[in-house]
Amino acid sequence: MSSANRGYAGVPAWIYVVAALGGLLVLLPLGAMLARVNWGRFIPLITSESSLTALWLSLRTSAASTILCVVLGVPLALVLARGSFPGQRVLRSLVLLPLVLPPVVGGIALLYTFGRQGLLGRSLEFAGIQIAFSTTAVVLAQTFVALPFLVVSLEGALRTAGNRYEAVAATLGARPTTVLRRVTVPLVLPGLASGAVLSFARSLGEFGATLTFAGSLQGVTRTLPLEIYLQRETDADAAVALSLVLVLVAVIVVGLSRRPSRSTNLGAAP
Amino acid sequence: MRFFPRGARSLILVIALAGVLTAGLTGCGSAGSPPGNSSTTAVGSEGLSGNLTVFAAASLKLPFTKLADEFEARNPGSSVVLSFAGSSDLATQITQGAPADVVATADTRNMAKLADASLLDGAPTNFATNVLTIAVPPGNPASIRSFNDLARPGTKVVVCASQVPCGAAADAVEQAVGTTLKPVSEESSVTDVLGKVTSGEADAGLVYVTDVKGAGDRVVGVPFAEAGSAVTTYPIASVATSRNKELASAFIALVTGAEGAKVLAEAGFGAPEVPSHG
Repeated sequence: MSSANRGYAGVPAWIYVVAALGGLLVLLPLGAMLARVNWGRFIPLITSESSLTALWLSLRTSAASTILCVVLGVPLALVLARGSFPGQRVLRSLVLLPLVLPPVVGGIALLYTFGRQGLLGRSLEFAGIQIAFSTTAVVLAQTFVALPFLVVSLEGALRTAGNRYEAVAATLGARPTTVLRRVTVPLVLPGLASGAVLSFARSLGEFGATLTFAGSLQGVTRTLPLEIYLQRETDADAAVALSLVLVLVAVIVVGLSRRPSRSTNLGAAP
Repeated sequence: MRFFPRGARSLILVIALAGVLTAGLTGCGSAGSPPGNSSTTAVGSEGLSGNLTVFAAASLKLPFTKLADEFEARNPGSSVVLSFAGSSDLATQITQGAPADVVATADTRNMAKLADASLLDGAPTNFATNVLTIAVPPGNPASIRSFNDLARPGTKVVVCASQVPCGAAADAVEQAVGTTLKPVSEESSVTDVLGKVTSGEADAGLVYVTDVKGAGDRVVGVPFAEAGSAVTTYPIASVATSRNKELASAFIALVTGAEGAKVLAEAGFGAPEVPSHG
């Protein structure tokens, strides 16, 4: 690293100043929150029954929505990256919509789909399935907002990898499903992993859609972000302590996602 | 990231658009302050001028919007800016230095927090009360007739969480009635409770009578006798850091006076229990 920096840096010095400002914009608020942590009460606050219940619920629902994202997102990314059909560009834009939509809008949309009075809600209720106010609703909300992260990461990895190896495998007589299983998926596995980690992170942070669509009940629908929002009403120390827990989980998750994505780039370099 | 516009032209367009929008932001900031803002100029007994920022509990939106219009009509040189939020948000914002002149909360607890931090100018005045009621979707699909009906198995009831004022009131009513509810959701604001009822997701919700009145025909209120066991009191006060004290006290006088009482009663609020004191 140091030997590389000794030559031409390529970045004017003033860029570093502006970049430092950008970095501060992110780091300073996190530092300010860290300064507000009541360390004496920290352990009791984060190990209280309601906190642990919320954390456990968050981890379980985020894991479930990550699995859903992989199951639904991998075919979607394949179709978008490799397929060719009318309306492909439109479909890509629409699938990515939850990335830019305010989550509360997603919540309202889900309500009018799976809610009691919703598009599918009536038939579901007739079949004995009630989604509103259930943990299923939390998972649906999280999957809705997290799916684009997986699709974007994986589609990018698929395009970077190219289809040369797949073409070769096909000329050697492999059927499409075999090519997918033996060539495509192993090739983009790092991209898929980082996409899955990002989906997990987004699910963990989901707030607006859950609040609008699923409600808030301890152990059923009150995930960690909802618990923080509620604690803030009466106990700022508890809200700060729980926020720090989410920051720590986020740091771990981002750390995990950075490593495989770097190896993807190296693998795709030649 | 292929889904983002690639060409330099789109980039320039995006930056130009952002620039225009940003200019609008700052422009709005300066246009919002008419000449001679921070100083109050008295023009006769009624006819104060200047800017007044009022922080009020979300449930006061309808009556306070009306009263602010009335205030501006009475004082043509004045401009009232209203900011509505949950009471604890209001208290936090003022504690962190938000530029409010008047604050009206939906509970005495958050007002006491501000008083304890010496952020108020004088003692707060109680100006209104509110009580809980049962809100049901039109047609009352679960046939809720009394508070005890809410505890029937299978009834989807939504309440506020105990941490927020409407939830504390709901707890008090439950104790008074001697019925323990098993809600399907404990929301962090009364607006969220109302939303779950208007969308038909819940069979019933515990909200304030003023919420039912404000929601029009989207919900129906089912009054219950024990509602009186938890009366929420609304205090109002001027903020210590206000630079427009005269205007602030004039606005408080309007709210606590006859005109305020009329507008608040129309919105469903009750009269304060304790007689007003300056």
